[in-house]
Amino acid sequence: MRIEYFQLIDRITALDLEKQTIHAEAVVPTESTVFEGHFPGHPLMPGVLLIESMAQASGWLIIGHTKFERMPFLAAVKEAKLRTFVTPGETLDVSATLTHEGSGYMITAASIRSAGKAVCEATMTFRLMAFPSPDFRASMEAVAGRISFPMKAMSHG
Amino acid sequence: MPSTFDTVANIIAETCDIPRETIKPESHSINDLGIDSLDFLDIAFAIDKAFGIKLPLEQWTQEVNDGKATTEQYFVLQNLCARIDELVAAKGA
Repeated sequence: MRIEYFQLIDRITALDLEKQTIHAEAVVPTESTVFEGHFPGHPLMPGVLLIESMAQASGWLIIGHTKFERMPFLAAVKEAKLRTFVTPGETLDVSATLTHEGSGYMITAASIRSAGKAVCEATMTFRLMAFPSPDFRASMEAVAGRISFPMKAMSHG
Repeated sequence: MPSTFDTVANIIAETCDIPRETIKPESHSINDLGIDSLDFLDIAFAIDKAFGIKLPLEQWTQEVNDGKATTEQYFVLQNLCARIDELVAAKGA
């Protein structure tokens, strides 16, 4: 993770477009300016960033599902539960399942586990739009490369 | 079995916290009921699930934006319900 740059997903570990699920690894850094304020002497991964991590994993699942043709934008977060604290150095398994494909929107059920323990979950709604520009899409493709997004998975199914 | 309108009106009342008695067949979901696009996603989701269909929101929006249709054709509730009935019938055909 590079929290300050909103790079919250380190690596896609599994993308199953048949089952419409994704898993991603995210390692919480041991040091970040975020922890200087959240909280002094008691560093905790902010809950909103855990939610953002789930949104990013969900987003990559949707990008895979649409074969990189549509860009998902987070529209709603429901039933979010933050069950336990996350501290620097933890390795998180961020996962999502596509639960509904609407016209122009999709809904996922996302969760995070750490060392097998449930950390948080939420139901997330995304609007699907065309990529705003070729440069935007290119930047997303660059991120896909960085996080080992399996482009080959999109050519099946 | 409730009518399509009753099902849709109940969904709107519950999703948007709008008093059920104010929701009429002639109500325009945007102009009269003040439902915004995000709340309409929730309504569409509930309609999709309730009727086992996929409301073609993108197509409708495109038609309105292109001037090929009016919002009344899709977002006045009695018209919306007619579209739902058509989609349900098409699914069963």
